[in-house]
Amino acid sequence: MAKELIKGNTAVAEAALRYGLEAYFGYPITPQTELLEHLSARMPELGRPFVQAESELGAINMVYGAACTGKRVMTSSSSPGVSLMMEGLSYIAGTEVPAVLVDVVRGGPGLGNIAPAQGDYNQIVHGGGHGDYHMIVLAPASVQEAVDLTGLAFDLAEKYRMVAVLLLDGSIGQMMEPAELPPMQPLKKEVPDWAVRGSKRGERRVLTSINLDPPAQEVMNLRLMTRWQEIEANEVRFKEYFLDDAEYVVVGFGTAGRIALSAVRAAREKGIKVGLLRPITVAPFPGPVLEELTQRVKGFLVVEMNAGQMLEDVRLVVRGRKPVEFFGRMGGVMPFPDEVLTEIERLVKEPLTTEGHPRDRWLARLRETIG
Amino acid sequence: MVMTDIPTKLVYERPEVLQPIVTHYCPGCTHGVAHRLVAEVLEEMGEAENAIGVASVGCSVFIYNYFDIDFVEAAHGRAPAMATGIKRVYPDRTVFTYQGDGDLASIGMGEIVGAASRGEKLTVIFINNANYGMTGGQMAPTTLPGQKTSSSPTGREVGRQGHPIQTAELLSTLDGSAYIVRRSLHSTREIRRAKQAIRTAFEVQKHNLGFSLVELLSTCPTNWGLSPVEARDWIEERMLPYYPLGDYKVSPAVAELKF
Repeated sequence: MAKELIKGNTAVAEAALRYGLEAYFGYPITPQTELLEHLSARMPELGRPFVQAESELGAINMVYGAACTGKRVMTSSSSPGVSLMMEGLSYIAGTEVPAVLVDVVRGGPGLGNIAPAQGDYNQIVHGGGHGDYHMIVLAPASVQEAVDLTGLAFDLAEKYRMVAVLLLDGSIGQMMEPAELPPMQPLKKEVPDWAVRGSKRGERRVLTSINLDPPAQEVMNLRLMTRWQEIEANEVRFKEYFLDDAEYVVVGFGTAGRIALSAVRAAREKGIKVGLLRPITVAPFPGPVLEELTQRVKGFLVVEMNAGQMLEDVRLVVRGRKPVEFFGRMGGVMPFPDEVLTEIERLVKEPLTTEGHPRDRWLARLRETIG
Repeated sequence: MVMTDIPTKLVYERPEVLQPIVTHYCPGCTHGVAHRLVAEVLEEMGEAENAIGVASVGCSVFIYNYFDIDFVEAAHGRAPAMATGIKRVYPDRTVFTYQGDGDLASIGMGEIVGAASRGEKLTVIFINNANYGMTGGQMAPTTLPGQKTSSSPTGREVGRQGHPIQTAELLSTLDGSAYIVRRSLHSTREIRRAKQAIRTAFEVQKHNLGFSLVELLSTCPTNWGLSPVEARDWIEERMLPYYPLGDYKVSPAVAELKF
């Protein structure tokens, strides 16, 4: 199909529908709302359920109910709304049913603002809801990638019976750029064996996240963790740029990774041997490639639109063997490529250390800039 | 005459929809009665195998152990949202929630008002026993003025702790509500009337007429500190004046419903 100029939120909505979305439940919140608006028109056209819920609590629990039927279901929201969904996400994880969440992250904490940010990385990647669980988290850096990963999110959620999150920031949601949408795909026909559907259609099914017997709950926890190990082994995805001969590596996801790529290209033009590792799956985290890079490069620069959240995952892999520096902007402020370029040049020119914490050094510099 | 010659007629037996097991409910608690009425109605309507129940958080959290039908278990208060999700993808199934007063009228007030206002084709069985039963008898939104509970030890003081919520009256104001009634389980006569109401509520759903809810005044002898007989009388003497039985919303289409 031909490319068209389309807004990220609208593109994800239309892509979800074409990938066979069977029911959508959501609540308006900027900068995600166009997604809900698009589906409010398109889903009824196709005779598929669309409900504007009374709250994000309502929306995620509608998703939970519909997910228990094995249908392809989704919701979308932005940071404050996703905080309200944490309860439901934990229950969905505890019931082992598949669902997709699109999180168009904005500046925080609290009401914050409606500008692009990545401050919810920890909330999404390292839990946020209660209990031991993981979610698959996909972080696109363009509208086209968001479209493509929407289909993957459904497939992974259903394959592993868990929540898959499409982690956008506000700029991917709001930005218009050319993208090719998938052709309309037929709805899936088979009902999963585990789904509730009324017992005359098969064996009686009960879906619940309650398990009062601790040893039995532990067996369930072990099953979830074993599944997560399988996902870590098989589903890691990332993009690499100029890594073959790189002496320095920038690590960034989503829009921060895309901005960093401009800086890396500019640095290459200046003859600096720097490359970019852009995780597509921030969960499972691309640890193995980072381990391989740790063996052969001189240092890392992590770039994020937050105060250094993925930074800690990078440091856990690098384990002090190589210097790791950090550059971030927070609160809905986006970094400029030349700011990142300056950081790359600092990485190359200044003596590097594995002592102290890179966040402390970055905060000291940031205070000088905006303090 | 030998005994075997006496013609026998079986007039009372366990509905097949109910599992042949002992429940965890306290002696004198009317959850068992409410379960049985729902089971009888589903069986009589031939809807048991087409039904999907949504359990809530409270004493009835394990309701799915007692019914031989498909069930899901909701988070506290969220059963109407979860039921909405199921009903919207399966409009031809009979979907119902079974919720207590803390679950529905406190933490879940947003979800129940949302579902009722949208006119979701759901049936809600709402158990009002004037306290949080499962956690040991704390003050609920339905706790009566002056009523002692473990979190209103000197009696509910409305100036400080607020007034009880009359759920049936409240939900009856919404246009999406098709059938909203209050019944009680404290006497045989009222139990029979409750069953008729539950049947009507499920028929409302089956005929796509809108949202239906039956509020059932129920006993909680353990947390009320009363014997089963005293608890039955307590409903009549204390609860009925504050929670009058009646039909709070019967839409014109429901009024014409024949079954």
